[in-house]
Amino acid sequence: MSWDKVPVDLSDLRVLPEDNTLAGNRLITYRQAIHEAFAIALKQDPKVFLFGEGIDDPAGVFGTTLNLHKQFSKDRVFDTPICENTLTGIAIGASLAGMRPVLIHMRTDFLLVSMDQIINHAAKWKYMFGGKVNLPIVIRAIIGGGWGSAAQHSQPIQAIFAHIPGLRVVMPSTAYDAKGLLLSSIACPDPVMFIDHRWLFDYKDYVPEEAYLVPLGKPVLRRQGKDVTVITSSFMTAIALEAGKKLQDEGIDIEIVDLRTVKPIDAELIFSSVKKTKKAIVLDFGYAFCGISAEISSMITENCFSFLARPVERIALADVPTPASHVLEKEFYPNLENIICKIRKIAKGG
Amino acid sequence: MDKRIIKDLYYRMVKIRKFEDKIIQHYPEQQMRCPVHLYIGQEAIATGVCAHLKKSDYLFSYHRNHGHLIAKGADIKEMFAELYGKKTGCSSGKGGSTHMVSLENSIFGTSAIVAGGIPIGTGAALAVRLQRQRQIVVIFLGDGAIEQGTFFESMNFAKLKKLPILFVCENNFYATNSSQKVRQANPDIYKIADFFSMPKALLDGNDVIQVYKKSGDFIARIRKGSGPCFIEARTYRFRTHVGPETDIEKGFRAREEVEKWMKKCPYKRFHRQILANKLLKENELLDIEHRADEEVKEAWEFAVKSPYPEKEDLRTDIY
Ligand SMILES: Cc1ncc(C[n+]2csc(CCOP(=O)(O)OP(=O)(O)O)c2C)c(N)n1
Repeated sequence: MSWDKVPVDLSDLRVLPEDNTLAGNRLITYRQAIHEAFAIALKQDPKVFLFGEGIDDPAGVFGTTLNLHKQFSKDRVFDTPICENTLTGIAIGASLAGMRPVLIHMRTDFLLVSMDQIINHAAKWKYMFGGKVNLPIVIRAIIGGGWGSAAQHSQPIQAIFAHIPGLRVVMPSTAYDAKGLLLSSIACPDPVMFIDHRWLFDYKDYVPEEAYLVPLGKPVLRRQGKDVTVITSSFMTAIALEAGKKLQDEGIDIEIVDLRTVKPIDAELIFSSVKKTKKAIVLDFGYAFCGISAEISSMITENCFSFLARPVERIALADVPTPASHVLEKEFYPNLENIICKIRKIAKGG
Repeated sequence: MDKRIIKDLYYRMVKIRKFEDKIIQHYPEQQMRCPVHLYIGQEAIATGVCAHLKKSDYLFSYHRNHGHLIAKGADIKEMFAELYGKKTGCSSGKGGSTHMVSLENSIFGTSAIVAGGIPIGTGAALAVRLQRQRQIVVIFLGDGAIEQGTFFESMNFAKLKKLPILFVCENNFYATNSSQKVRQANPDIYKIADFFSMPKALLDGNDVIQVYKKSGDFIARIRKGSGPCFIEARTYRFRTHVGPETDIEKGFRAREEVEKWMKKCPYKRFHRQILANKLLKENELLDIEHRADEEVKEAWEFAVKSPYPEKEDLRTDIY
């Protein structure tokens, strides 16, 4: 198995966009969708530029930036020294001086080297100066391990950014969303953390050829059901959909809410769904403790308590650093079987 | 030297001094409720450098930023109001002393994280290059900032991309209360520029004419596309790291050392130089001083009279 292949075989999954009547819909991968969004953004706006370690090499960030430097010049798509914190500051400064930079990291782990510029600077800048300055920057990084990537190369740390006021955190689960959310992120006047998932790169979806925007901060209903509300995002949406199909055979009908953006969250869709099903489980590709699932669970409890038939449940990653051995790795990530078991239990009122 | 330039330099320097004297006067009233890092003693540097800058040239600074903003022409009413936490402040009362902004002067914010503004200034210079514009960028930093990795990373990037940046390190020999000796293995900061093959200069930071001339040379070169240059200007702050007091009574620095540097006061020295060389007449200097006095008084009154932010303002300006 190579670096970037999906470890769980769900390749037959097809997530339909909301509107597949749009002209030029084609079945393309999540990776192609991201590449396409970058190409459109670079073409549409001369202020957009992409930079990051190795983004113009023959691998092109898992294919998502492949050959863009040839198409759009080395001024607009360029390789950098290995200095993540400074690169983040450079993105901030460039945006202050009129550009729309997109800084790309192969893995979220490297964001930890740039925490000063992300949290102390980018997140605060607009507020600190009374709203006088905007920072239209996108910091894109990739989560998802596999193949023994281990503790420093596959950390699910998106919740850290969601915790910080002033940042937006986007986590697409489908190719359609990846393209539309990425274009929205680049168009956004504020700093956006765009976090895509390696295991989704080969997933296909119907995607319009032209540019379109998926709004930031709006969750979407991926599946309608009456028995349990499953709130999820990113790769866990794919698992949830798979679980939905299997459970349907048993007569259990789950409703799936895909967050799309984990900060900010317009929670109305979650609340209306929970009020309908009376049961909720949050699936998160992150840590449970102080994590996104904790937040969602608390939001539901605070807003829908009297509707709930049972406590909100959560499934997240094991509370340990990512292990290397594939035996341990398998244990570390939530799996379809466990998820199905838990949902079944909740649905049956156990 | 041109009389007009001398007047201009004197005006900028006096205005910084008077602005900060006013802070010292009123700070004990506890109405300016934010830490203040006073620039008194270092005025020659901001003055000498900023005299060469156009409004459109970018300036990035750090926690000791008042002098840089004033020298570049920022509105001192808004600055004073910011110190008082007023809605009329340059940052609407959300930034305080360390986070000042002046869009008209291409000062797009200042960081209180040591060295935090250095990569940001570098990014602004990258944007200038990418947009084929003509501005230059000046990045002021303290001697403490060179201890941070991002300083070296930014120097590397700036040189690699031949960016139009003048780095100005204001070496006042202290970072809070720690002397340079206990923090840095080599006292000659300016020599760091050699590693990046960057033109460099070591200056007497208390001599405004020297700063003016050398920074003028560098800025002219940078405008022609030479790439980044580096200045270390040695100076001394007269007041304590943060707040209006001096360090003598607190015991942070030796009385002899402070007094030795007070004798090299950049303001008095310039005043003496002007009169000794008959560059301006005494009454011309007095006129400038009065003008600065008036402006500072007006700014202070504006700040005191201004309204505070509303409670609702707490939650605005996030997105
Ligand atoms: C990253 C970071 N660490 C520590 C501090 C606390 N701090 C504030 S100012 C300062 C000293 C800075 O010294 P220098 O850069 O020489 O500037 P000066 O105050 O002497 O003008 C320190 C350590 C900080 N603001 N940021």
